[in-house]
Amino acid sequence: MSSVQVSITVNGERHELDVEPRLLLVHLLRDRLGLTGTHVGCDTSNCGACTVHLDGDAVKSCTILAVQADGGEVRTIEGMAAADGTLHPLQEAFWKEHGLQCGYCTPGMIMSAADLLSRNPDPSEEEIRHGLEGNLCRCTGYHNIVKSVQSAASATKAGAAAPTSEGVTA
Amino acid sequence: MSVAEEARTPGNGHVGRAMRRKEDPRLITGRASYVDDITLTNQLWAAWVRSPEAHAKIVSIDTSAAKALDGVVAVYTHEDLDMEAGLPMAWVPPGVEVNTPDHWVLAKGEVKHVGDPVALVVGKDRYGVVDAAEQVFVEYEPLPVVTDPEAALEDGSALVHGQFGTNKVCEWSLGGGDLEAGFAEADVIVERRIVNHRIAGAAIEPRAVLAEYRGDRLTVWSSTQVPHFLRLFLSILLGISEDRVRVIAPEVGGGFGSKLQIYAEEVGCAWASRKLGRPVKWVETRTEGMMVTHHGRDQIDKVRVGAKRDGTITAFHTTIIADIGAYQMLLTPMIPPLSAFVMCGVYKTPAVKTDVIDVMTNKFPTDAIRGAGRPEATHLIEVTMDQLAAELGMDPLELRRKNFIPPFTEAHETPIGVAYDSGNYEAALDRLLEHIDVAEVRRQAEELRPTGIYRGIGFCTYTEICGNAPSRIVGPSGFGLQGGGWESATVRVHASGSATLYTGTSPHGQGHETGFAQIVADRLGIDPSQIEVIHGDTQTGPFGLDTYGSRSLAVGGEAAARAAIKVADKAKAIVAHQLEADPDDIELRDGKFIVRGSPEKGMALAEVAGAAYVPENLPEGMEPGLDEQSFYDPENFVFPFGAHACVVDVDAETGKVEIVRYVAVDDCGPAINPMLIDGQVHGGITHGLGQALYEQVVYDADGQLVTGTFVDYALATAAEMPSFETDRTVTPSPVNSLGVKGVGEAGTIAGSATVTNAVIDALRPLGVDYMNMPLTPMRIWQAIHTASGPAATEQGKDLGEHGQGSSGSGPAGPTEGGAQ
Repeated sequence: MSSVQVSITVNGERHELDVEPRLLLVHLLRDRLGLTGTHVGCDTSNCGACTVHLDGDAVKSCTILAVQADGGEVRTIEGMAAADGTLHPLQEAFWKEHGLQCGYCTPGMIMSAADLLSRNPDPSEEEIRHGLEGNLCRCTGYHNIVKSVQSAASATKAGAAAPTSEGVTA
Repeated sequence: MSVAEEARTPGNGHVGRAMRRKEDPRLITGRASYVDDITLTNQLWAAWVRSPEAHAKIVSIDTSAAKALDGVVAVYTHEDLDMEAGLPMAWVPPGVEVNTPDHWVLAKGEVKHVGDPVALVVGKDRYGVVDAAEQVFVEYEPLPVVTDPEAALEDGSALVHGQFGTNKVCEWSLGGGDLEAGFAEADVIVERRIVNHRIAGAAIEPRAVLAEYRGDRLTVWSSTQVPHFLRLFLSILLGISEDRVRVIAPEVGGGFGSKLQIYAEEVGCAWASRKLGRPVKWVETRTEGMMVTHHGRDQIDKVRVGAKRDGTITAFHTTIIADIGAYQMLLTPMIPPLSAFVMCGVYKTPAVKTDVIDVMTNKFPTDAIRGAGRPEATHLIEVTMDQLAAELGMDPLELRRKNFIPPFTEAHETPIGVAYDSGNYEAALDRLLEHIDVAEVRRQAEELRPTGIYRGIGFCTYTEICGNAPSRIVGPSGFGLQGGGWESATVRVHASGSATLYTGTSPHGQGHETGFAQIVADRLGIDPSQIEVIHGDTQTGPFGLDTYGSRSLAVGGEAAARAAIKVADKAKAIVAHQLEADPDDIELRDGKFIVRGSPEKGMALAEVAGAAYVPENLPEGMEPGLDEQSFYDPENFVFPFGAHACVVDVDAETGKVEIVRYVAVDDCGPAINPMLIDGQVHGGITHGLGQALYEQVVYDADGQLVTGTFVDYALATAAEMPSFETDRTVTPSPVNSLGVKGVGEAGTIAGSATVTNAVIDALRPLGVDYMNMPLTPMRIWQAIHTASGPAATEQGKDLGEHGQGSSGSGPAGPTEGGAQ
């Protein structure tokens, strides 16, 4: 099959790649760049496990072709923590509030929540629940995911996302 | 001090703490490795050609076009398989004949359900093998299809497997007490036909397999709950001795029972890897997941309960017609019988009987899905309790209290011979009512009614059976995997004083790495961060029996505690020897093994480990090292229990249900980590609510799967679920030294009945006295409108609930009946 050249910046690093026109963005990230933190759960855009940011917006990378992301900037879960390893407030909050169990939906959930908080830094519980409607979790019943997003929002607002001393460290 | 006493004396107080999970750093940063995250050199991809027919003869298979495609390495059909046996089924009940068909990795001669694999394509490219699968041309000759389990039992029905002359798989019964006398002395008898429809496990990680046969060794990475069983069966089916087979369950993205299985894709990829000498990977699509990952439930439960006018239950009889699908997988026919063991519920019912009829249809097999038999039992018992209360004109909670088994701390034997370990059902219900004011809900309901919103409240008081399992019981009964129900643990203290725990359980989200580390930490006097918990790799630890049925903590956690106590005992002997004290005088305090009464004299675990591995001064005859193992076989099952309540608003105009509150009081004994318990309860309830309100696997009358994606199979989202209110009572189990009971399935077991009772309660003013799940807006709307018409009280067959209404429509189909 013929290939097309794309140029995509992922987590700040620019990549020039020859891809099949039908290659999905999620498979470019996972199979070509080795960024396996982004998952595939449903193939129909329902579950949101594949959520990444494309040019600042949350998108479902299992329903976007790599060629559609040509020239774009992609951020994945691997790009959320700071270079020194300091966790993003949402990562910290999901850990603290037990917002994950099997962890499979978690990267997509965090990427969607980050998009939500960037548009609405102080969401109500209902706004969080509706904001995460496109991400399915089978383990948590969403209760602690909602708490995690609330906790991250308050931590960000307080300008401090300092880890608590409770529990183990990374 | 006995092992049991010792285990109840924690050293550092890590047990009971809501400690953050050790698992999470890798999971929240995208660094975890699920099967599809692993890629091997020279790896090939697999894709399956699947039957579009529910029942057909395979006339011919033409693989030539597929084989001619670039990058295709091989295309296999049944003729190529040099395997002498098909997929395993492990239930061997004494004295019961079970009609079990062969279940080949690739269909032989006929296909029996949509998705039955007929060819396996292996090639170099992920997308290329899917292209090639589309170029395999199969000619089918359709055969008659049966999808309704009751029709399947009738004479002259189309047969799924002709050789048996019937679609009946088996009949199995369990009962106790005098049923006839019980019904004879009843003042009131209530009968209901309760449909518990087919659902999917729907873990968000699809199944995936990577198999590598290299040299004479097979390594298989699989998204499985049961790596040890998988190794055993791969060894048997492929004829490779067990020592040369390694199965790894790496990070597993949820299971819910659906990955407690030996699947064709696991065996097929391993077989192909050996054939080709290269690694073979397969990753399930979601449509495959809905089609060929086992389903659960799918029963018609005919319930008959007898009671005195004062509410005393005298007899309880259930006939379960279980639609188990076209083949029998690992535990398929044994799941419906599991309901029978808790059919007394939390009540003194003197006579109980359960008759199970397993039936074949042209659908994918059912097997264990979260709760496996106990959600079905609890649903039918608790829904029937509310129906009986209405018949008697009694308050549903008063009826429950009237029949509760009084509190007990040592085994209570039910009429069917099951010995509940401990229980205090009154206390759980009392605690629940501290959180919810029923009179206030009733007042709100009155207030809302003029607006067209009908508020209802429903309850469920449950117990369940878990902690699989005492081998002496499950072995002879045929329930269990012949291997019994024990669990293994090895605690290995390293020379510098940190430790590794190897557990035979195989978690997939539950948090064992944290909870088990807390248990071991308290017994060794070190921090949980110094203990790595290894699981899910058959090569690293001893044989184990994996994770399902809420068994891990009550059996595997206890094994971990016992292995840690053995290490501590050896440590005490070393300390006593070195400090010239009596071993009985050594105790663990504040992270040190000290001489009782002389806290200044002591050794930390690191010092003890140093002495154990540099054995210059060990007690006479003691072997070096600090590494101990436990194989723990429980004396009994454990029986968690609780009381749940749900408040719902039903919009009479649209039939839509909104969950206003959900309050859960669960008793799973003392908490190891309360945060993990709450997480399990939240997720479990959501699974139960999801089944009751949204989810249904639907086949049409031709056996076509209507719900093949998440577009059609509705999982609950954050927008539908409430914030859950949870609380606990603590009744220790006398069975294990930790006092713990399982909690992974409790929420699911209680959830569907609780919300169903709430919805029916809401609908009563509209004349709807009963309806079956799923409680979708369409079906509720129909129930309301049927109830207001002349056919309101007719006891008709509830079309559609079973997923094959005669219209062939899905859950929202236009001809479905609602109330009966």
